[in-house]
Amino acid sequence: MISRRSFCKKAMIAAGGIMIPLAALEVFNPQRLAAEKDGTGKVRWVFLVDIHKCVGCGFCVKACKTENEVPYEANVTRTWVERYVVTKTGKTHIDSPKGARDGFTSQKIDQAHHGLLEVKEEEIAKAFFVPKLCNQCENPACVQVCPVGATYQAADGVVLIDRSWCIGCGYCVMGCPYGVRFFHPVYHVAEKCNFCYHRLAKGMKSACVDACPFGARKIGNIRDPEDPVTKIITTEQVNVLKEEFGTKPQVFYIGLSREVK
Amino acid sequence: MKNHVWRPLFLVVAIVAGILFTRTLLVPSDFGVYERGYMYGWHRKSNEDDWKKIRVKYKTSSGCPECHKDKYDDIKASPHAIISCENCHGPAYDHPNDPQGLHIDRSRELCIRCHAYLPYKNNVRGNIPGIDPQNHYPQAQCIMCHYPHNPVKPNLKYKKTEVKP
Amino acid sequence: MVHGEAWTLKEFFVYPNEYIYWSIQIVMYPFMTGLVAGAFVLSSLYHVFGVKQLKDIARFSLVFSLALLPVAMMPLMLHLQQPQRGIYVMMTPHFTSAIAAFGIVFTTYAMIVLSEIWFVYRQYIVEMVLDLREKRRRKPLDSVRLALYSVLSMGAMDLSPEALHKDERAVGILAGIGIPVACFLHGYAGFIFGSVKANALWMTPLMPVIFICSAVVSGIALCIVTYIIVMELRKLILAWKRKNNPRLPSSEEIKSAEIHTVTITAKYLIMFMVLALTLELLDLIFRNYTAVKSWDILRSVIYEKDFFKIFILQYGLGNIVPFIIFLLPGLTIRRALLGGLLVLMGVFMMRWNVVIGGQAFSASFSGFMEYQLPIWPDNMETFKEGLFGALTVIITPFVLFFCVTRVLPVIGVKDSH
Repeated sequence: MISRRSFCKKAMIAAGGIMIPLAALEVFNPQRLAAEKDGTGKVRWVFLVDIHKCVGCGFCVKACKTENEVPYEANVTRTWVERYVVTKTGKTHIDSPKGARDGFTSQKIDQAHHGLLEVKEEEIAKAFFVPKLCNQCENPACVQVCPVGATYQAADGVVLIDRSWCIGCGYCVMGCPYGVRFFHPVYHVAEKCNFCYHRLAKGMKSACVDACPFGARKIGNIRDPEDPVTKIITTEQVNVLKEEFGTKPQVFYIGLSREVK
Repeated sequence: MKNHVWRPLFLVVAIVAGILFTRTLLVPSDFGVYERGYMYGWHRKSNEDDWKKIRVKYKTSSGCPECHKDKYDDIKASPHAIISCENCHGPAYDHPNDPQGLHIDRSRELCIRCHAYLPYKNNVRGNIPGIDPQNHYPQAQCIMCHYPHNPVKPNLKYKKTEVKP
Repeated sequence: MVHGEAWTLKEFFVYPNEYIYWSIQIVMYPFMTGLVAGAFVLSSLYHVFGVKQLKDIARFSLVFSLALLPVAMMPLMLHLQQPQRGIYVMMTPHFTSAIAAFGIVFTTYAMIVLSEIWFVYRQYIVEMVLDLREKRRRKPLDSVRLALYSVLSMGAMDLSPEALHKDERAVGILAGIGIPVACFLHGYAGFIFGSVKANALWMTPLMPVIFICSAVVSGIALCIVTYIIVMELRKLILAWKRKNNPRLPSSEEIKSAEIHTVTITAKYLIMFMVLALTLELLDLIFRNYTAVKSWDILRSVIYEKDFFKIFILQYGLGNIVPFIIFLLPGLTIRRALLGGLLVLMGVFMMRWNVVIGGQAFSASFSGFMEYQLPIWPDNMETFKEGLFGALTVIITPFVLFFCVTRVLPVIGVKDSH
């Protein structure tokens, strides 16, 4: 006969016994504390977009797709350009046909299912183009929600995805407030911009930066005070997207307008 | 007599042990907590190198003048100086070894990326010389009249008469 | 084609990479786990709190929650882009993710349910083993059954009153531990959604609680519906058998027992339904009143785009109508069946409105996405994330329930539990 008290006692011991091998999960590694303390390496990649300079040619999107092997025909892209047309009555029309991989060559606004919208020239108060890419957030929500550790942040701040480990649950896609993530049409795992990590490793700049004729896109190392990008970010008025999510995005914008989503 | 109540528990312990054993077989040895801690840095370390190994396609314009000095000087003295060679000539890969020749994009679609007129007065785009692609010689290639390495000059490769309005 | 493109219809401005990535299977996932948790809680009401009136349905719902167990995992496997890697959730769990706990919570819960069933059925299993052993001439099928029951007994053949008493105690304790685990299993399904800060509709701390309440509601409703169907079938079979053997109980006797159980169960259903509805309305009122940045787009989704799905199907037909059905005096079997089915539909629509509704608008707040459920599958993807994939998930628990009850019958077993 087993009493409730002794059952509880034995159950606790058993549970404890199970917990010990769980330590093998290496979750609470002393390495972790040390790692979190000196999180200030020599390199932290950041991006700078000058909205004033962008003309919506889409060369960045084209170069990105080729460089990063995202099929040109697939309706997903690591980087894209949005067009904002604000009318004199205060209405904002936004579009990004096919992510602007072929640029903006028509005055008509793409309304998706609702076709094309013609905005008369005299109605336009202002218009501008906003390039978008992964913000490589300091607190990446997408990494926090990955159940298996398939997406992670490297020491230099770039968020990467392990294509051999991603289970394709889509939680990171849902967790990103900026909509930069998608499923790769060939590999069927989560995919997103990584600032062309392979190019950075070879001392090059991201493909979109090199492709932009107008210098609207720049990449730099915020830990290097002599980096021109760092100088601009620290001395000029810059802004980030959707700060309210607390993700601390690291793509900075010059000339960001309140209409930008 | 042995207490049968514990039998399911033995089974549970066996299952947990099984899972932990599978773990040692399946999980790569370099999987662990790295620089950004458990929240952001829980990953397979060697994956960083996997990414670094991706082949670079766009090699920038830095190597072009070695062989194509004439063309390079042409474009550098024109309003098109800001355009990277690879934007029109395609990614270099390991040119001239692989591929020997590049696939040049001579299409109208390429030019109108910037030169389709958009009436955005406040924006740089509104001030780029622009055309209406539907009405400006729609059947012709732009380069038949305009010399792409210096659009200010006419393209002498083609005769004016070849292009009908 | 890009994943999600086949069934996503975009309106106005939507970020280029945005599609309905979480489709019908992710609607099925909380719905099915909800049923598991609910069925288990119902059985525990009898085993732990000693609600004697639920005795008949307790064993039934316990076995049903076993049949539902693998099905809670099925939608996830059908949804994953790399289902063969699903085990990685157990291999390298990243506990900052709500999904990472799934493997562990689910396994724990499965073990509790299995152990509880083992204790409930141990006497029956042992009796079967002894019976079959005594048979002189065993048919091949009997040998298989003997082997099966011998394995299931795990060698614990002791049927002394003392041992049986221990079984009973173990059932009580396991059911007790099971309730919080079942609630956790499902509450955390709510947490998966509630913690997505990027989604304006999902992010609310009420989400886990709402999910638990509606889970219990749906679980009880499913048990009522299945119980009624099984009892009706039994009546038909009995009526047919009585032609030869008039001593069997009449269908009138079964019917009175049946309506009694259903009435009692319905009371608990109503209780949890009121709780779920209160929380859901509280959430809606709060969003309305505080009207933060996202409210403009949420309002057009809730009151315009999804009005029919939310206010007619979910609240109207799924909550208010069954409420009236169950509360009007003189509950009949047919009414209870209709009410139960409506409740199930209502909870399903609630899951739909959360999962699909949460993706009905772009994160840019400047456009909408519409989910067009793929009906006829033209490839694996549109099968998995379409009507037929969902139907597969719905049918499986009933098939499993049928199989399990061939081994462990739920009705007409004499025992002390």
